[in-house]
Amino acid sequence: MGVEVVVEGLTKSFGRQAIWRDVSLTLPAGEVSVMLGPSGTGKSVFLKSMIGLLKPERGSCTINGVDIVRCSEHKLYETRKLFGVLFQDGALFGSMSLFDNIAFPLREHTRKTEAEIRRIVLEKMEMVGLAGTERKLPGEISGGMRKRAGLARALVLDPEIILCDEPDSGLDPVRTAYISQLLVDLNSQIDATILIVTHNINIARTVPDNIGMLFRRELVMFGPREVLLTSEEPVVSQFLNGRRIGPIGMSEEKDAATMAREQADIDAGHSDGGSDEEMGGIVPQLQPTPGLPERAAVQRRKDRVMQILHTLPPNAQQAIIESLSPADRQRYRIPAGVGARDTAQARPYGGRPSPRPRGNGPAQGSGFQGELPTQNIAQLPDSGWQTGREGGPR
Amino acid sequence: MTTRSTQFPGAGAIRETGRLFALGLDVSANIFRRPFQTREFIQQCWFVASVTILPTALVSIPFGAVIALQLGSLTRQLGAQSFTGAASVLAIIQQASPLVTALLVAGAGGSAICADIGARTIREEIDAMEVLGVSPVQRLIVPRVLASMLIALLLNGMVSVVGVLGGYFFNVVMQGGTPGAYLASFNALAQLPDLWIGELKAVIFGFIAGIVAAYRGLHPAPGPKGVGEAVNQSVVVTFLLLFLVNFVLTTIYLQLVPSKIG
Repeated sequence: MGVEVVVEGLTKSFGRQAIWRDVSLTLPAGEVSVMLGPSGTGKSVFLKSMIGLLKPERGSCTINGVDIVRCSEHKLYETRKLFGVLFQDGALFGSMSLFDNIAFPLREHTRKTEAEIRRIVLEKMEMVGLAGTERKLPGEISGGMRKRAGLARALVLDPEIILCDEPDSGLDPVRTAYISQLLVDLNSQIDATILIVTHNINIARTVPDNIGMLFRRELVMFGPREVLLTSEEPVVSQFLNGRRIGPIGMSEEKDAATMAREQADIDAGHSDGGSDEEMGGIVPQLQPTPGLPERAAVQRRKDRVMQILHTLPPNAQQAIIESLSPADRQRYRIPAGVGARDTAQARPYGGRPSPRPRGNGPAQGSGFQGELPTQNIAQLPDSGWQTGREGGPR
Repeated sequence: MTTRSTQFPGAGAIRETGRLFALGLDVSANIFRRPFQTREFIQQCWFVASVTILPTALVSIPFGAVIALQLGSLTRQLGAQSFTGAASVLAIIQQASPLVTALLVAGAGGSAICADIGARTIREEIDAMEVLGVSPVQRLIVPRVLASMLIALLLNGMVSVVGVLGGYFFNVVMQGGTPGAYLASFNALAQLPDLWIGELKAVIFGFIAGIVAAYRGLHPAPGPKGVGEAVNQSVVVTFLLLFLVNFVLTTIYLQLVPSKIG
């Protein structure tokens, strides 16, 4: 099973320029998370900080009890063996053939025979659709192929945490869909914790269990996918719909004058750049290819989300409850009527519409602070996540 | 990458020097870490040798000749023609040959190493390697530094021979010196420690060239232009360091080892 990654109060700046401040989030073990954000908000920097390639000024990033920000060089190299990282351009070694590139981690870290290495490498290459190109050099193939080869190399050691820096950039929509499916399939097979950094809305809507968004040097939100997809926060809905109207400008922020002028243009009938179709709302999540095992993370996540349900914004609560099957309703003892629109909206959740990413996590404890009447609060059966977590393999 | 807010004049220079020194220590420590990258080491030796052998030989012939000609006319004025061979051997083995070797190892080998590492850095290959749990210092830098040390050592031998032969040729053929006197005075001034210090210098210069090239390659300014600048700087910095270190080593050597005739 994957490993939980706990990021707390991470702050990074280059010289005087702050990249982001006080980012706190938890990547739940074995779940798929997506980090969204406009270009240049430090998404890649965040990813590099998580693996210790950049040193943030403050905060911690804990994996298996090791703080990546402050641990010794030796510990850092040990912990990195848990990671599989896909870099933006694939970052293949230019002097080696694709086969040697993908075999590299195996040759360095395992004592496998050449025959075994060959079998594993060919299997992974097949998986990313690169069979037959073993002898090619990275300079001789297209950007998309390099990216897929980079993914194969990241997967070869069966990592427990997979980080993908823009898996879709440079890929056509079809290959992007294949990569998305591949990541979901992987998650169902090896139950790895996955973090995808992207600005592809399609991936963000269909792949992850959790979504976060970076904007204006801070983490706007991080939580179950329903929270961000139903959010009415202007930044989020502007981003999801790809409109020009909203707080995000061509440079990072826009001033009031620009905003007013753009609004005037729109009122005069000029398109706002987005499609007419509203992109909000929740679309079904991508499922593993038939024949593969169920994703173990799905049940764990459901339990976790039901635990913190009362802390989520009403729209998200409703979406989650609506998505439950009758069996689930039984399991969490939700009365049949709950979850209908009027009930949820009559009881506004008493806080900012976007919850701070942590603080509503399981770490908060079991104290219920919501305003829902007791029978409306989800309850876990005895075999719920708490016991499962204690006894589960680590 | 990480610039502290405390800035005072010269802070940058001190920081860079410190980092360069730290990389030197890192490499020294990693030399003993297993597994040793034999393959990479041999490839790099071959590479550095192939780019340096010919230019070094071509440079060392005129270098030996210039020393021989200069000394030849000087000794004739002093009436000490019989010492021409002795003096030119001393000058070539002790000073000229380690420097020529080092300049070419730095100029031809070091610049190539710096460009190679720099390109890998901006293409995130170094990051990728670190993330795969492999230390780039141990895997890439150590073999390159060792290769430039070994090649400097071997080239130094070659330059000494070629330089002395060049000196002999020009002295005997151009200046009408007597072959017998030139050969006979060979070991009048020169002694074995001169050869040792020459080889030691070459090894140290090779180390410096390798470390500076690797350091600049690992920390280039962003973009392809940054790599170009890094290569440029690495060669200039190496040259400056070489002459400084040569000065220090020569001073120490002259103090420690008594000259043959004195």
